[in-house]
This record gives sequence, C-alpha cells and structure tokens, in this order.
Amino acid sequence: MAEYESHDYDVIIIGAGGAGLRAAIEAKARGLRTALICKSLLGKAHTVMAEGGVAAAMGNIYAEDNWQVHFRDTMRGGKMLNNWRMAQLHAQEAPDRVHELEAWGALFDRTPDGRILQRDFGGHRFARLAHVGDRTGLELIRTLQQRVVSMDVDVFMECKILRLVADAEGVVSGAVGYWRPTGEMVVFSAKAVVLATGGAGKSWKYTSNSWECTGDGHAMALWAGADLIDMECVQFHPTGMVWPLSVRGLLVTEGVRGDGGVLRNSEGTRFMFNYVAEMFRAETADSEEEADRWYDDHSAGRRTPELLPRDEVARAINTEVKSGRGSPHGGVFLDIASRRTPEYIRRRLPSMYHQFMELAGVDITAEPMEVGPTCHYFMGGVRVEADTGAATVPGLFVAGEVAGGMHGANRLGGNSLSDLLVFGRRAGIGASDYAAGRSGSPRPDEGEIQHSITEAFAPFERTDGENPYELHQELQEMMQTLVGIIRTGDELERALGELDVLRDRAAKVSVGGGRAYNPGWNLATDLPAMLTVSRCVTLGARDRKESRGGHTREDFPSADPEFGKVNLVQRQPSGGGVNGDIKIVPEPIPEMPAELAELFEESH
Amino acid sequence: MSDVTMNVWRGDGDGGDFAEYTLPSQEGEVVLDVIHRIQATQAGDLACRWNCKAGKCGSCSAEINGKPRLMCMTRMDQLPEGPVTVAPMKAFPIIRDLVTDVSFNFEMAKQVPAFAPPPRPDGGYRMQQIDIERGQEFRKCIECFMCQDVCHVIRDHEENKAHYAGPRFFIRYAELEMHPLDTNDRRELVRQKAGLGMCNITKCCTEVCPEHIKITDNAIIPMKERVVDASYDPVAWLGRKILRRQKASPGEATAHGA
Repeated sequence: MAEYESHDYDVIIIGAGGAGLRAAIEAKARGLRTALICKSLLGKAHTVMAEGGVAAAMGNIYAEDNWQVHFRDTMRGGKMLNNWRMAQLHAQEAPDRVHELEAWGALFDRTPDGRILQRDFGGHRFARLAHVGDRTGLELIRTLQQRVVSMDVDVFMECKILRLVADAEGVVSGAVGYWRPTGEMVVFSAKAVVLATGGAGKSWKYTSNSWECTGDGHAMALWAGADLIDMECVQFHPTGMVWPLSVRGLLVTEGVRGDGGVLRNSEGTRFMFNYVAEMFRAETADSEEEADRWYDDHSAGRRTPELLPRDEVARAINTEVKSGRGSPHGGVFLDIASRRTPEYIRRRLPSMYHQFMELAGVDITAEPMEVGPTCHYFMGGVRVEADTGAATVPGLFVAGEVAGGMHGANRLGGNSLSDLLVFGRRAGIGASDYAAGRSGSPRPDEGEIQHSITEAFAPFERTDGENPYELHQELQEMMQTLVGIIRTGDELERALGELDVLRDRAAKVSVGGGRAYNPGWNLATDLPAMLTVSRCVTLGARDRKESRGGHTREDFPSADPEFGKVNLVQRQPSGGGVNGDIKIVPEPIPEMPAELAELFEESH
Repeated sequence: MSDVTMNVWRGDGDGGDFAEYTLPSQEGEVVLDVIHRIQATQAGDLACRWNCKAGKCGSCSAEINGKPRLMCMTRMDQLPEGPVTVAPMKAFPIIRDLVTDVSFNFEMAKQVPAFAPPPRPDGGYRMQQIDIERGQEFRKCIECFMCQDVCHVIRDHEENKAHYAGPRFFIRYAELEMHPLDTNDRRELVRQKAGLGMCNITKCCTEVCPEHIKITDNAIIPMKERVVDASYDPVAWLGRKILRRQKASPGEATAHGA
C-alpha cells in the first residue's frame, strides 16, 4: 500500500483560473470548508492570457444593448448548438459579475463620463467588452486571486490532480494527485468537487494554450463516468503569430480588429468581404467605405466583415493561404499601422506592441503583423445542468472551458471571461448546496486511489521506455495534421489508428531522475488525459458529418439541419481510464422556449 | 547553423553546480525555447517553471548571465556571443534547478488589507480614466517577483524578510492607497509591518521590471511621502489630536475588507 498525505474538505475546486477562483469565492462565502487546488502557482493560470475583454451587455456605449441581444449574438455565433439556458443565464448575469469585479478592486478602462468602457469584438452587435487595454485576463485573475486571499481560502499550489475518486455508491468523493515540488502523493476527500481545469490545446502543435492546458478535467470527468458533449467543436483563433517559429500560435488579440485593424492578403486585398456567409450578410458591410464608417458610428453602416465570428475568419485565412495569397511565413497580414496613430495603438494594445517588438522585431505601429489560425479553445466539454453546473455523475460540478454547451459550435470573443464568472459562481453555489446536503464523511475508494498511485509512478519503474517529450511532439504533429481546422473522414480514421498506437506507446514511457519537480515525469502523467481528449475530439469529428462552427469537414462542407438538433455525447463506464471504451451517441439538444425562439425570427 | 552553449544551474537546497549543454541554435529562439530543447533531448528532469511563454504570467523568471529576466522574453540572438548562463533567482530558497520557493511573496500578499469601497451607488461607481491610470500601471504587475529577487534588502539579508514586504507589495499598497474608491488607510501598516522605510531607493526593482512599471518613482517615493505626512508631520499630528479622524485608522484597516 502506497502512503499518501490526506486532506478533508466540504468543497474542493480543481483549477484556479477564473472559473475556479470564482467558484472558491462562492463556496467560502457560504461558510464551507473550501480548498482550491492548482497545477501552477496561484495567478498563473491560462486566464491570465485573455486579452480583449469580458462581454457583458451593460449598455455603457450603446444604450440599446441588452441581454436579449447578447443572447442572440451568442446563439448565432455558436451556430445554434448552444445550450439555450446557459446562453440565457450568461447574457443576463454577466453585467452583475463585471460590476462585482469592480467592487473587488478591478480597474477597467473608463468612458468619458466615468463608467466602464466597452469595445467592439467579433460577432457582438454592440461594443460590449469591458476591458483593461489588452490585458483583461490579468486584471480578472488578479482581482479574483486577491479576493480569494482576503477570504482566507486554503490554496494548494503546484499540485497535479490525476483522478477523481468516487465512493462505493459511485458518488464523486475526492481526488488523488501529487505535489510537483516533492512528487509525494496527496488525497483530498470532499463532499463535492468542482472541476475548473480549462482547455486542452496542448495536444496541437500550433496553439495559444500554455503547458497546463492538457484536458485533465475533460478526461477525469469522462473516466469518472460523466458525459462529454460536442468535443469536436474546437476553436481555432484566426489570429495567432506565425513567425518566429518558436512563438508560432501565440495569440494576437481580436481587439486589434475591434480597434480598427484589417486583414489583407499578399495582393493587398481586404479579403474578408469575399467570405461573408449567408447567415451574416444582412448585418455585414459590403464595401470598405461602409465598414470604416461603422467603426466610428454603428448606426452609420453595417459591421466590418473582419469582425465576423472567429470560425468564419479562421476558415477565410486558411483558404487565402492555401490559394497562394498568404504572407511570407504562411499567414496573412493584419494591418493596424496604416489605420490608426502610433499613440492610439500603443495605448489600446500595449501588450501586442510589446509582444511583436520583443519576440518578432516587428513594430506594429509601423508595419503589418503576420497572423494565422491557432488552436485556442474547447467549446465542447463536460455536460452540465445549466443552473448548477452539475455533471451527470453525482458530486461533480463543472465550470469554465472544461464545461460544454454554453458556446455551442463556436465561441464569441469576450464570452469566455464572462462564462468563467457566471458559471464559476453558479458551480460554486451548486457544489456548496450539494455538500451541505450530503450526510456523513466522504469515503473515496481506496482501491481507486492505490491504482492511480501505481499508474503514476510506473514511468520510474521502466528503464528502456520511450521519452515522454518525443511522444508528446508526435501527438501534436498528428493532431495538427489530421484533426486540424479542416477535417476529412479518411484523415480522422487514420488519426484514430494513430491514437491507438500512441496510447500503447504511452503505456511504456520511462523517465529518469527523481520525483521532486521533474517535468519529464509530470509530462508523462499529463499524457493519458491528452490522449483521451484527442480521441474524444477525433471521434466527435468523425461522427459529426457536417460543418458547423469550429468543426469543418471538407467532405461535408455544409451545415446539416439534422445535426443541428443534436449534441454528440461521449461516455465510458466509470473507472476505465485511458483504455476505456468510449461510446458516442447523438442526443437531442434542449429545446428553446417560444419567447426566446422569437428573438431569431426574421424581423429581428 | 552554429551551436549554442548553455550553463544551467542544476541542484537543490543541498547544493549543486552549473551543467553545460550544447545544442544547435535555431532562428528566433528565446532562452526558454532552448531550455525546453534541453529537457526534450538531454535532461528530461531539468526543472523550470513556465506557463504562458508570452511575458504575461511571470512564471519563468531566472538570472540570465547574472541578470533577472523572463526566459520567455529573452531572445538568444540579443545576448552577447558565447555561453549563456542560466541560474535560479537568488533571493528565494531553491526547490530544484531553476525552480525556487517563492512562498514568501504569497505570505506577504496575505498581509495586504483588501480593497474596501463604499457601497455601490445607483448607476454604478464613476471614476475618471485619469484618476485610475496610476493604479492601472501598478496592476500591470505579472508577479514575476524579479523586483523582489533583485532588492538588496532581502537579497542580501534573509533576516529582513520577516518585516519587509518588498517592491511588489509596495506597488500593491500604493495601488490601493491611490484607488479613488478605497476607504482604508494603509499608511501606518506600510511603514511598520511592510517596512517601507528600509527601501533606500536604489531603483534596482524598476530596472528589472518586465512591465516597465516605475516602481520607485511612482509607488515607493509617493508612499514614503504619504507615510511621512501621516506619521511625522507635526501640524497634521496636532490636527488629528484636535479634530476627529475621518478615515479608518491604520490599525483598524482590516485584512478581510468589507
């Protein structure tokens, strides 16, 4: 029997990005014994990289904005695959969550009359994003972090959670993991568990995601028997850096386009005018003059096509590059230098200025940037009850990127930070209520704990296995090539075969060195989740034989109304782990009530 | 292409030494890229912290050729020719290799009394952009802790850590002190518990700040002036004796906010 350290709480929250922090605040405020567990140091989670802003229909710039308009934008942007109830709650509650941040010390940019300034972003009809220059994520995470610290929440840093552990009745009752600094094992027992682990972009070669985004939460939920939905819906952000190679994929905020930047191909053409889908034609400018008028006054013209939803823009860039009209390093040009003054650019986009100057030697106030699509965000995730964040297994609550449904097939920019706040809070309440109603002490199954520990230490026992870094690179190459932005049935079948091989090889990796702060070993323990999530994305992509939002099939280029009515649900028997047999079935999406459906009729 | 040679400190709290790694150079790389390639090909257990690789999270602080810098924002082609030395931050205890125990900073964060605004009025708080710009400058801080690392008050005097919060937290106190809506008074706290007086404004913190925050000029010196006003101005002292104080007194500033 392996030894481990034990902790007991009412509510544990795994992940300390925006959603996890917000959930912890709520659980602690309700007087529950609350622990917040994170893989890195506090305040370093991927939320810190969010740039553009947090979407909330406060109406500070355009008084005609309201939650119904935000709701409609979100659903249309998600190609109507969204869970309508989540989209409704999100649009209704986002303004309160932003005001709450302000009361906790956030300093958003201001309007001339002293209110919170809002900026334009793709797919949002009105200027709606509260922001701090282009470092809004930092402001959000620091504000929540400082709140959590002032409330004296117990925070456990640099702790990697390996598995959720249920009790004998199948109720999620805790989690097992290890301290990265020492490599010693730890078990948290809890009456309720909140997963807020973020995304899984690290399985692709070109991604905006940090090393932490390995899909731990998606995989752990699936392994615990919870349903995942729409895992094929992965967002490729249209504008990542493409050069130098070492920073390829690094995010370039949509705020560049929101603040006046335009996309051009190698011929100098503003090509987005050629890619306006039928669904958006009535609301989109059809000349450069009209688009430029719109920037100054939204009633003087229709919106610029550069600010179509991200899936549309990413596909357009992909097509331009493939047609030979790309930039020297295989992207397109994003030009704000010729359209705004250097002072304006430096004030509105300070980190973009800094990032290009330092890393690429490009002065964005004087020359265009080169950009191309980068793997950015998981719309799919754990299936949850909209109001409480409850997953389909008892005792488990989920919020943020790891949850599915809110964004449908494509997420609008700015809706992620608001999602974290709205559903982080709701999952915190859901978990607190569940924990308060659960009698007796949680008893996580000892057999499952021991199994997880044995599995985690196995790479040290093997001496001649494969290098985890090489395996990871191969996974990234394969997913980039075969399960990228444009997919075909043949390639997806090949990817599933490759994933079988990689899974067998991952079972044989070996690592050198000791347990204390050993990144090679840490990576080896991240691989099972990455492989499981990659498989879920590939299975979903194979079975969704249509193109919708972030999921594009070359062999099925149109949206299919029948697929528009279903979530692709994936599940496997509890305890199966990375070798479990995943079932994938279509199930009807929740039906929208008539009063909301009316918002989508032609007159609107 | 030519090779690069890296001298990377390897070891733990019990000691260690520099290890030399040679690998082919690649165009456009930053120091962190080379560290990653060492991990992938030569030393899988080489410990370093990193997250965003974009200068936004402040995880990958190290001393590169003796100077605290973010590994992700230091381009190899801008360093002088010859071997590059990478060592952990000196002011903090070593966990392994390039990873240090920075928990000192998280302890200091707990001592800062929370932001305490008045109740939200109908229509929301109003603040002018010009009044929050200084606070926004301080809130650019990515908590890389390089200002703490380079501050000689703690770098060379471990014993000072018990009563010296350091530059990172001086800008936090200053941010709250200058916040248009805050109702707490932290001046006495920053003088006594946070040890503001021990800073003798050598500006080392400002020099290493990757966010170019003017820590000394815009936070520490104004805070020193405010502390002096609060603690040593005889006219103000007399005024306080005669009139009742308006703000919550320093000792009453609560760590847990409203």
